[in-house]
Amino acid sequence: MAEVILKNLCKSFSRTKAVVDMDMTIPDGSFVVLLGPTGAGKTTTLRLISGLETIDSGEVTIDGRVVNEETPAQRDVAMVFQQYSLYPHLSVRDNLAFPLRSPILKTSNQEIERKVAEVAEKLHITSKLDNRATELSGGEMQRVSIGRALVRDPAVFLMDEPLSSLDARLRADLRIELKRIHSELGATLLYVTHDQIEAMTMATHVGVLQEGRLVQFGTPRDIYEDPESIYVASRLGLPRINILPAALFTSTSGMADTIGLRPEHVEYGVGQDASVKRVEHLGDQTRLHLDMQGYNITVLSPAGNPYSAGTTVKIQPVNPLCFDQSGNRITGRDA
Amino acid sequence: MSYSITEPSNGQKWIAGTLVILYAVITMIPLLWIMMTSFKTPPDSISYPPKVFYEPSLEGYVNLFTTRTRVSPEKLASLPPPANFAEEIVRNRDMVIAGPSKFGGRFLNSVIIGFGSTFLSIFLGTLAAYAFSRFKIPLADDLLFFILSTRMMPPIAVAIPIFLMYRKLGLSDTHLGMILLYTAVNISLAVWLLKGFIDEIPREYEEAALIDGYTRFQAFYKVVLPQAATGIASTAIFCLIFAWNEYAFAVLLTSGTAQTAPPFIPTIIGVGGLDWPAIAAGATLFLLPVMIFTVMLRKHLLRGITFGAVRK
Ligand SMILES: Nc1ncnc2c1ncn2[C@@H]1O[C@H](COP(=O)(O)OP(=O)(O)O)[C@@H](O)[C@H]1O
Ligand SMILES: [Mg+2]
Repeated sequence: MAEVILKNLCKSFSRTKAVVDMDMTIPDGSFVVLLGPTGAGKTTTLRLISGLETIDSGEVTIDGRVVNEETPAQRDVAMVFQQYSLYPHLSVRDNLAFPLRSPILKTSNQEIERKVAEVAEKLHITSKLDNRATELSGGEMQRVSIGRALVRDPAVFLMDEPLSSLDARLRADLRIELKRIHSELGATLLYVTHDQIEAMTMATHVGVLQEGRLVQFGTPRDIYEDPESIYVASRLGLPRINILPAALFTSTSGMADTIGLRPEHVEYGVGQDASVKRVEHLGDQTRLHLDMQGYNITVLSPAGNPYSAGTTVKIQPVNPLCFDQSGNRITGRDA
Repeated sequence: MSYSITEPSNGQKWIAGTLVILYAVITMIPLLWIMMTSFKTPPDSISYPPKVFYEPSLEGYVNLFTTRTRVSPEKLASLPPPANFAEEIVRNRDMVIAGPSKFGGRFLNSVIIGFGSTFLSIFLGTLAAYAFSRFKIPLADDLLFFILSTRMMPPIAVAIPIFLMYRKLGLSDTHLGMILLYTAVNISLAVWLLKGFIDEIPREYEEAALIDGYTRFQAFYKVVLPQAATGIASTAIFCLIFAWNEYAFAVLLTSGTAQTAPPFIPTIIGVGGLDWPAIAAGATLFLLPVMIFTVMLRKHLLRGITFGAVRK
């Protein structure tokens, strides 16, 4: 287990700047989630750390060692890919044993057997050990991929959207297992996802990427409650944060140009009129789609679901997030 | 009754099946006729109307592997009884076995040259295809086009220069010379086909191996090769078929030590006319290695020959 430090890391592909001046410290034993839309540079960041891409400029340090010049094999990292990391020509057992048989680890057969059995048990794939990798369901394949990383004892685990190809239930199960494995091993983990539930439930730290830059790094709670920009605020929260002109509400004042309204920032029964356009029952929550002077606002219905489509409701923002013209956050003091 | 709109109906399957079988039978008839002829006696082989039912004989095979001389009836009577079935067959024609024929050696030459050049084409072709598929090579497209362009003229068009070159280099009528020649012709096909197959293997497989502590060569060997097996098998069959059947260069460049079977078989001439059963026996034996090789690789071939269209 080890700390990973990125210093001024840059990487371009011909004309695209995939990673720009990235500084990030991934503390020993942390579970860091990288968030960002497609193309933000998440995968490239992982590949730079693992050594699959060469570094244009900057430094990657793993466990106190600058690894810029090292091959992927020497860096002592394990990586789980979004797909395609199981070898279709090998059995599940041989897939799990593959990293242990590498010339770097040269594990004894006894030890291989023990570790494979242990990891298979942990991931509930013991009964599938003798199957071919192609005979597994998507969820099982992804467990084996994760297992291939777990059989080793690497300095850091890198995972690139490992659960994104799975259905919701499997994702929920594996999420819990991953979190458990992380706390059991005390491993350092860098994890890429689009899924905010994964980010919120598993991460000790979240890094938000925008066009190759790390725009905010902090605990999931920091990122959710205290975002530095509209971009960061829009990464987390379901339903998504509503970005509205500050002038829409008479109650908001100060220098704010726009406000960000999360469902919990709305008080019902006071303030201004909005018409209910649609009510969505999602089971555990009910969403209201409101229209206020031509702006759409999505909020959660108060307990008891008193509103129905076509009615009018009074709402008022309570401590919303305030942003200036360029989308940066204005905090309480200077708001 | 339930049915699927994409699945052909039973009637359609029947018609398709009948057509395929009919076509297969028609294309098999010449082969079947060659095999039948190889088990005929020389008179049966040229009788008219042709005989479909006949008493099988191994005379063609005996004649293929031996040279014989005619002896007078008195001499024949004075000989000890025949030691084996071959001698008995030969003596029925008033002849004795004088020695082995050259066919065994020519056949062995074909095996050495055919499989040797196939192995070399695949070996070099796989490495080159991997490099073209995975590395950034300056002018890669131009190089690939150049490689393909060697196939744009019939190889025999350069027969004279090659003939002169080989004579100068001492490669005429040598195994090495023929292996190099067939490899040179086959390698462009091998590189192109194999590049297609390797392109389809996701890079993540190798990248995973690199991260897991393997070198690039080990990743190639342990991960890429097994997954390219299908493509390698079908490419190997194409290469082997070309090298095995090649006739023009073999006639031009080989005559003795390195002569292959194709130029040799037509030279089998019996006493008093062409010895059709012996020629047919030679052709039958000549077909076997490619057939066996193809059947062995059949599982790969069926998937490989569709060039990835229905893989996975
Ligand atoms: N091998 C590559 N060649 C060219 N451009 C690339 C390559 N890999 C990534 N990029 C570009 O770099 C940017 C970041 O990509 P990536 O790191 O894959 O984003 P993410 O994983 O966040 O979706 C994208 O604009 C992408 O098109
Ligand atoms: Mg990605």
